[in-house]
Amino acid sequence: MWLLAELTYACPLQCPYCSNPLQLPASRKRELSTGEWLRVMREARKLGAVQLGFSGGEPLVRQDLGELIAAADGMGFYCNLITSAIGLNEARIAEFREAGIRHIQISFQGSDRETNARFGGSDSFEHKLAMTRETIRQGIPLGLNFVLHRHNIHQVSDFLHLAEGLGAEFVELANTQYYAWALHNRDQLLPSAAQLEEAEAAANRFRQRHRGNMRALFVAPDYYERRPKKCSNGWGTTFITITPEGDVLPCQSARAIEGLEFPNVRQDSLENIWRGSSLFQKFRGTDWMQEPCASCPEKENDLGGCRCQAFLLTGDAHATDPICELSPEHHRVGDAIRAAQAHAEAGEDAVPLLFRNTANARKLATAEA
Amino acid sequence: MFDHTTAPFRLNPGYRLQYEEAQQCQVLLYPEGLVKLSDTAAEILGRCLEPITRERLIAELQRDYPDADSLSDDVREFLNDARRQDWIVAAED
Repeated sequence: MWLLAELTYACPLQCPYCSNPLQLPASRKRELSTGEWLRVMREARKLGAVQLGFSGGEPLVRQDLGELIAAADGMGFYCNLITSAIGLNEARIAEFREAGIRHIQISFQGSDRETNARFGGSDSFEHKLAMTRETIRQGIPLGLNFVLHRHNIHQVSDFLHLAEGLGAEFVELANTQYYAWALHNRDQLLPSAAQLEEAEAAANRFRQRHRGNMRALFVAPDYYERRPKKCSNGWGTTFITITPEGDVLPCQSARAIEGLEFPNVRQDSLENIWRGSSLFQKFRGTDWMQEPCASCPEKENDLGGCRCQAFLLTGDAHATDPICELSPEHHRVGDAIRAAQAHAEAGEDAVPLLFRNTANARKLATAEA
Repeated sequence: MFDHTTAPFRLNPGYRLQYEEAQQCQVLLYPEGLVKLSDTAAEILGRCLEPITRERLIAELQRDYPDADSLSDDVREFLNDARRQDWIVAAED
C-alpha cells in the first residue's frame, strides 16, 4: 500500500499542468502539523502501507521534512521525495540521507534553461542540474521526471541525453495527464498524434542505442488510447493520498468529483476512513458499474477506467471513462484532440496558458462566482 | 560489468528488506514498488546485507540447512535472477 503525503500546496513553481486543485490553497496555517503527520504515518503503517511519497506542492517548503523522513524511516516506510529541487542544497540532501531517504525524484520542465524557465515560471535549470549531480554524489538513488506536453515533447531525445550525462538511473517521460490545471489548459498543452508518435520513437531509438544502466519509461497521455487506464490500481485498494489539510483521498485527483464527502484525519482515524468511510467504499470492486462496463469482459482489467476522468469529461462519476472506445461518450476525447489542434493552428497566443499561481487561482474563483 | 559468480556482492543499498506484519512475509522494497519474498529468498537476501561471495553464501546455507536437497543449484539460480533484477550489486572493494 502506498501513502502519498501532500505536505503543502505551496510551490515556488507555476507549472500550467499542475495536478493540485484549481482552488486557492488554504492558508499554510491550516496544514497538518508535524505531530499530526507523525500520527497519520503511524496509522498508515498499521494499515500495511510501506511506500511513502512526500509530495506537494513543493515538499521542501516544509521545514520539518527531515524530521518527517527520519520518523517515517524509523517506522519502516520506504521514503520517496518528489520534488522540483527548488529549496534543495547540499546540506539538506545530506540531512535527508542521514534521515533515511531512499529515493529522490527531481522534475524538469524542459531540457534546456529557457524551456525549463518558461514552463516552470522560474529560472531553475542550473540549480536542478547541480542538485541532480549532488544527490547522485551522495549516493541516493535518483530518478528524473520530465513532464511532456506539446511545447516540449520534441525535446525527449535531448532530455534523455542530458539525464544520461548526469548519471541518472531512471527517467520518467511523463506525458501530462489532463486533470486540474492541465485540464484547464488542455487546448494549449495536448500534443498531436504525430508529435506523440515521434516522441515515443525517439525514446525507443535512445533505448536501442544506449544499452547503459539508465532505464527510461515513456508514459503516453491516455487521450490517444483505446482502453482507459485502470483507476489507481483499483479505488481504495492500494493508494491513500492525504492533502495538506488532512483530507483523505483514494487518489490525487478525487476532489475533482463533485458531491463526494472527504473524510479528514483530524476527525477520524485512518483505519476507520480506509475501511468504513463511504468515500473509500464508493467505487471499490465492480458493483457500482453501469453499462457498457457492467457486462464487459474486460471490466476487471481496467475497472471502467478513471472515475475522476469519467466525471470531468461526462459529469457522471459512474460512467465509463470516455477514453474507452466502447464508451457512448468517447467522441468527447476526439473533440478535445480536435479542439487542441485547432488552437495550435490558430497560433499559440490566441488563448494564453494559465499558469498555476495564487493570482490565477483567485481569477478563476471570481469567474466561477 | 561485475560477475557475481566470482566477485563479492551485497543487497542493493537502495533496497530494503523487512518483515511486513500486514502481509505476513518478508518483502523487498525498492523505489515505487515492493516484492513479496518466499522464505527461501528472504533467507538468502538476509545474508547479503554485508558483502559476501557466492561460494561463502552457499557454504553458510549448507552448514545451517544440512538436510536441504539441491541447495547449491537453487541458490545459484536465485542469485542469477537477483543479479538480473539488480537486487544484488557489486560490493565496493
